[in-house]
Amino acid sequence: MFGALIIVFREVIEAGLIIGIVLAATRGVPGRGQWVTFGVAGGVLGACMVAGFAGAISEAFSGSGQELLNAAVLGIAVVMLMWHNAWMARHGREMAAELSKVGLEVSEGKRHLAALALVVGLAVLREGSEIVLFLYGIIAGGTSGSELLAGGLLGLGGGAVFTALTYLGLLAIPSRYIFAVTTVLITLLAAGMAAQAVKFLDQAGFLTILGQTLWDTSEWLPQSGILGSLLHAMIGYSEQPTGMQVIVYLSVLGLMAFLMRIAAPSRSFQVRSAS
Amino acid sequence: MKKFVFALAFAAAAVLSTSGVVLAQEALSVTIKNHKFDPTEVKVPANKRVSLTVINEDPTPEEFESHSLKVEKVIPGKSKATVQFGPLKAGKYKFEGEFNSKTAQGMVIAE
Repeated sequence: MFGALIIVFREVIEAGLIIGIVLAATRGVPGRGQWVTFGVAGGVLGACMVAGFAGAISEAFSGSGQELLNAAVLGIAVVMLMWHNAWMARHGREMAAELSKVGLEVSEGKRHLAALALVVGLAVLREGSEIVLFLYGIIAGGTSGSELLAGGLLGLGGGAVFTALTYLGLLAIPSRYIFAVTTVLITLLAAGMAAQAVKFLDQAGFLTILGQTLWDTSEWLPQSGILGSLLHAMIGYSEQPTGMQVIVYLSVLGLMAFLMRIAAPSRSFQVRSAS
Repeated sequence: MKKFVFALAFAAAAVLSTSGVVLAQEALSVTIKNHKFDPTEVKVPANKRVSLTVINEDPTPEEFESHSLKVEKVIPGKSKATVQFGPLKAGKYKFEGEFNSKTAQGMVIAE
């Protein structure tokens, strides 16, 4: 039972972290509740579909369908998170200043929320499909099923509590700093996702250069442990990263900083938008 | 926007695939039955790209996972799938079936 709990909990916290951070990053934006709910619901639906068609997906692209789907899902999420941070670099100041008021153009805000809902949906889809398959296996396996199922459901509940705590924890940050914090978290999240996409492309044989392990910290901080999986979900910790993964990770950090810099309003723009 | 990203991803995959295929590979396999691997030790050549086919004879899905081999793949029940890894340095690399990790444990030995 404990094993089942851990497996499901580990998957849920990955999606839960993302939901918690997105909720905190959209603090004060009207309509964000519906968008995030929409993202979660879409993700659950998608997860069931991916699980249902697991066989067909696996066989697509001469056996690399699953890897390509994972890499594409991660890649899209990375692009959306980059866009979010660039958007925040432009509008964050207004948002922090007018947290309680509707300070933004509605259509602008909508596209931004849609992008984040997509990020949430993709995260739920990816982690959720594994949970669905795992629970399906338990139910189909029979025998000791009910105990395992109870463990799985507890893991699900625990993950939901973790999500709420992430959000509440971030809310405790003074509003002056909250967007700075979520921007950093989202940057690390995106870099980690990109590095994970590299792993899937390597596994499928599409990107094998610099595939050697750079270092091994599995003795110190195993990725399968709770702290290891938490860090994996948060900042993309990998116990044995490849050279290519490290390069892509650092490139995303650099690209993110660059995009936020060019998106940031110039001084004259700020004066105009404030009046 | 979404279409564009998809197109970009597939274009990238297409370009990359031409570079990757050349490196393959020795054909090897491992079977999952009753949530156990058979054989539990898989010998593979070191310093070479390896392609391992995982055959799942159980009716339930399994996730073939190894952090040291850097693979993670769901194998639906009664089906098989291939994962690629390496080139590996000589040594031992653990893998497991994540959905049944109590029993589904195995090791790749590169030599």
